[in-house]
Amino acid sequence: MIDLTHYLVVAAALFSLGVIGLFLNRKNVITILMCIELMLLAVNINFVAFSHYLHDLGGQIFVFFVLTVAACEVAIGLAIMVSFYRLRRSIEVEDINTLQG
Amino acid sequence: MQELNTTELLVIPLLPLLGAMAAGLFGWALKEKLSHTVTSGSVILAALLSIHVFIQVLHGASFNGNFWTWIISGKLVVSAGMMIDPLSAIMMMTVTIVSACVHIYTIGYMHGDPGYPRFFSYICAFTFSMLVLVMGNNFFTLFFGWEAVGLFSYLLIGFWFQRESAIVASMKAFIVNRIGDFGFVIGILGVWYYFGSIDYQTVFHMTPAFVDQHITLSFMDWQIDAITFICLALFVGAMGKSGQVPLHVWLPDSMEGPTPISALIHAATMVTAGVFMVARLSPMFEFSETALATVTLVGAITAWMCATIGLVQTDIKRVIAYSTCSQLGYMFVACGVSAYSVGIFHLMTHAFFKALLFLAAGSVIHAVMANQDIRKMGQLRQYMPITYFTMLIAGLALAGVPPFAGFWSKDLIIEAVSVREMGWIGDFAYFSVLTAVFMTAFYTFRMFFLTFHNSDRVPAETKSHLHESPKVITVPLMILAVGALVTGAWGVLGLDIANPEIANGYFGSAIFVTDAHNPLMIMAEEGAEHGPFHFLLTLPFWFAMGGIGLAYAMYFRESTMPAALARATGPIYTFLLNKWYWDELYDKIFTRPARGLGNFLWKRADLGVIDKGIIHGGIIDSIANGAARMRAIQTGMVFHYAFAMVVGVFGLLTYLLLKA
Amino acid sequence: MLETLFFDLFAGLSIVAGIGVVVSRNTMHSVMFLILCFFNASGLFFMLDAEFLGIVLILIYVGAVMVLFMFVIMMLEVNVAMLREGFLQYLPLGGMIAVILLVEFIAAANSGVFTADVHATAAHLAQDVNNTKEIGKVLYTKYLLGFEVAAVILLVALIGAVVLVIRERKDAKYQNINAQVKVRREDRVRKVRM
Repeated sequence: MIDLTHYLVVAAALFSLGVIGLFLNRKNVITILMCIELMLLAVNINFVAFSHYLHDLGGQIFVFFVLTVAACEVAIGLAIMVSFYRLRRSIEVEDINTLQG
Repeated sequence: MQELNTTELLVIPLLPLLGAMAAGLFGWALKEKLSHTVTSGSVILAALLSIHVFIQVLHGASFNGNFWTWIISGKLVVSAGMMIDPLSAIMMMTVTIVSACVHIYTIGYMHGDPGYPRFFSYICAFTFSMLVLVMGNNFFTLFFGWEAVGLFSYLLIGFWFQRESAIVASMKAFIVNRIGDFGFVIGILGVWYYFGSIDYQTVFHMTPAFVDQHITLSFMDWQIDAITFICLALFVGAMGKSGQVPLHVWLPDSMEGPTPISALIHAATMVTAGVFMVARLSPMFEFSETALATVTLVGAITAWMCATIGLVQTDIKRVIAYSTCSQLGYMFVACGVSAYSVGIFHLMTHAFFKALLFLAAGSVIHAVMANQDIRKMGQLRQYMPITYFTMLIAGLALAGVPPFAGFWSKDLIIEAVSVREMGWIGDFAYFSVLTAVFMTAFYTFRMFFLTFHNSDRVPAETKSHLHESPKVITVPLMILAVGALVTGAWGVLGLDIANPEIANGYFGSAIFVTDAHNPLMIMAEEGAEHGPFHFLLTLPFWFAMGGIGLAYAMYFRESTMPAALARATGPIYTFLLNKWYWDELYDKIFTRPARGLGNFLWKRADLGVIDKGIIHGGIIDSIANGAARMRAIQTGMVFHYAFAMVVGVFGLLTYLLLKA
Repeated sequence: MLETLFFDLFAGLSIVAGIGVVVSRNTMHSVMFLILCFFNASGLFFMLDAEFLGIVLILIYVGAVMVLFMFVIMMLEVNVAMLREGFLQYLPLGGMIAVILLVEFIAAANSGVFTADVHATAAHLAQDVNNTKEIGKVLYTKYLLGFEVAAVILLVALIGAVVLVIRERKDAKYQNINAQVKVRREDRVRKVRM
């Protein structure tokens, strides 16, 4: 019997994977964006699971919106990346530090 | 009883306002000619309409109504309205006629000045404010007009703002005015607090009942009647505005402004606002003996003190300025002894001959190229005959020689003071107004003779410039001279101003005097058997003649008497020359300590404690250091920020888990 | 039982794919792993009766977003060799945080709040219940505002992305309205001879 908790655990695992990926990949900003996608996916799984077990479609609607915003975020993030690459010819995270105080 | 036309009433103050705005906003486009046309035209129109209203009021018309309600807040209702009765009608007429004359005069006097449209805009707006002040029907319009005339006085005194002395004088005027206004506001607040309304009629109707309640305010050990407190507070405002001792210090300094405004503001209109206020509020003042006594005392002191100072001044405008203070003292004395109608009558005559004196002095100054020291004038009669004659008329009016205007009003004041029983204050007032007559005549003619007769002390370079002023200057002088000639006789004989049965006299119900102390009534009883030449027997006339005579002896021809007298009276002379050291006194008591406090707070508190003291390096440095250290958090690496976010989530989650 | 099998399959593969995303040297491989992860997550969605979202995930997320990723990776010449330095430097700290996070999540999930008897049963919906239709019914009525706002967000992202990267060609001719309006007569007309 697949319980709600199983889904939650899966989602938790994916989220933590995303977090680790965030920290470990310090040389490649694209990987960081991908790890963010992983985290969002984990959250989506959570929402849908709850929606299913609570018989409330609101969870799926919210996934809808999260999907939308994630897509937008990826688009803008990559656009920024591209602009930045044109300037610096590098996508290392450590090079993005001109806002240093 | 005919009704006054409200449109006409509204047009009277609004025309000058529109003229002022046009000249003020578009002066750069209107240039000189149109600016003065718009403003002077509006004021002349307002003057004609005021005369028309006055004639209607003579036939019994009156008006009291609100035009617009501004604030309704709980019980407080503040509206803009007008109360046209004999008192305001006579004030309107005086204000507009004198203002119109000054406008025309200014066309000639300020010709070529770079701020020409601005000046006209200011004096036109000033006329508007003064009209609001006298036409209003509640304390709010009174206060509005009060403040506005103070503002325009400030702007006009400092008109030549590149001169430091002018700026300083304008600030002094405004600040001293403000001190008076503080008392004024307290008075209005008192009225609101005790009467619940600031409408004149309402307050006046409620006053007798209020006084019967004998409400008192207690402050520490003193008890003071509420009505006395209110009246005294309001009078403090009048002291500031009308230049009474001890708030008189601004008026001589206000001579820094151009002569037209000295004539308009500091002789005929603004400074008379205080007298107008006391007369308008006579239904309140009559119920407070203390307030009336204070008014009399202050007026008497001012009348006397300023006359003494005027004896020795060397600047032609200063002499006239101190004379103004002194004459205002006369008006307040008149109001203090409950002869309000006589006080207002003197206000009207004084407006004419004092404005004339100033404008004539301005004509002289114009001729001697802005040198105002009378020691450098002399023998100007041959160059400026019209100015000479008009100034002579004004001087005679001021000295109180019949049949000129001043004689009628001054005589009535002195008589009223003599018959009113007021204890030592009454005696002092009588002494001071009487001796001031002598001094007034003396200093007026001292100035006159030194300017137009005596010896020729005009410096060589200005000699070539001496000529009579253009028509646009001399015509207003002549108009005002006519006023100085006839208003006195017209007032007493035509308007019956001195009728003791106030209700039957000119002022009707506009002024209220309790029968208990109505000096005019006593005067009427005693005067019934006086003939037309009675004045020859009274003291004031001979004092005036004596003053003129002494001035003639000392100054008509060149002589060493003045210098010898000055040396003989040594310290007294210096004391008078330095204006009784009032400015120095204020400097010591108020200015120096205030400056010292400011310095102390700056050096010790600001710099010492905050900048350097409390924390090492002072508060400013420590904030800067702390911020510099905090800045290290902003590494600029997005990565670190992401890390911080995750740690935050982690922390939050832990907290939530532990809570549950 | 079949259900459990599929669940384990999908869940396991998605976790494996996630690990692959993190540890791949080649960025292209990371993207591929992520796509795999998405496919499996989609499978999980299908198991949860959310067919519409499952399809949407593949169509849009994989089909558009991941493809976009690939475009960008191929466009920027990523220097692979340099990318592996410092990898292990942050492993202890990051790893610890992540592990603690995981432990907390699992603790929360197993805290007894989400058991079957507290929440309704996980009965699957009937076959003829159309998930798309149901979502449609709710989306356009109750959540209409959010829908519209999401549309606006998409519009903003669209414009924003273009604005961020646009490079105007130097030799392209286009109108500059401001310059046109600022022109004065002296700039255009010159009196030569009358």
